[in-house]
Amino acid sequence: MYHPLDALFDLQRSLESRLDSDWLRGATTGTGAFPPINVFQQGDNLVAILEVPGVDKSDLEIQAKDNAIRISGKKNISYPEGVSLHRRERLTGSFDRTLTVPMQIDADGIKAEYRDGVLALFIPRAESDKPRTIRIN
Amino acid sequence: MSPQELQVQQKREIEKKQEATAPARTFMSTTDIFEADGALTMVLEMPGVDKSNVDINIEDGVLTIEGRLDFAKYEEMQPVYTEYNIGNYRRSFTLSNKIDQTKISAEMKDGVLTLLLPKAEEAKPRRIAVS
Repeated sequence: MYHPLDALFDLQRSLESRLDSDWLRGATTGTGAFPPINVFQQGDNLVAILEVPGVDKSDLEIQAKDNAIRISGKKNISYPEGVSLHRRERLTGSFDRTLTVPMQIDADGIKAEYRDGVLALFIPRAESDKPRTIRIN
Repeated sequence: MSPQELQVQQKREIEKKQEATAPARTFMSTTDIFEADGALTMVLEMPGVDKSNVDINIEDGVLTIEGRLDFAKYEEMQPVYTEYNIGNYRRSFTLSNKIDQTKISAEMKDGVLTLLLPKAEEAKPRRIAVS
């Protein structure tokens, strides 16, 4: 019987298995670089979700070429002069990361949405990458 | 001076004293706290949280800030490569009685919640002149 929380459990379990993924073998991206990326499959297409809290939309730059997507920008944190710090955990700086996906994509068809510090990239698979059914005469 | 390269900050899961009824994980928001001009400012990162899903509560001098994610948008999506976990956020702070709890204000932008906690009038430091 399907339990509505199954989908959430599955998602959590999948997110927990790190570093063993062969999916990006031979590709250029790796873990540790900022911003962290999660890539999902949605039907035939990919969705890349990145967390960049506190980054202004105007400070985000996205470029795509062939099957590589480059996300760069800066996270500016500036506090007023003369403040007395009680706790400082947030980091400030610039980032520049390229994600190479192991499939051909339609770079012109990539859609980017940015909300609440989360950037979602909807990456459609290229038509040329999809298998074609061949009819037998 | 060139701007430093950002590093990923791993999310810290909260230590639970009781089990939660929902299975989602909860993490501590990365927080900056500073003081200026007679007020305390707290800046908490909660990426993915809409401001309508933020709960700020004060009880017995303890300020608790919770942010909930909308997991519905992850339905129909299969993870193929993951670097970070997602979950709700919660963090609590003990407020000193110097804070005027009735005057706390909050605003949220790009997944970052900023709380302004003004100090009560008598608590502001006074310079004492030496005659």
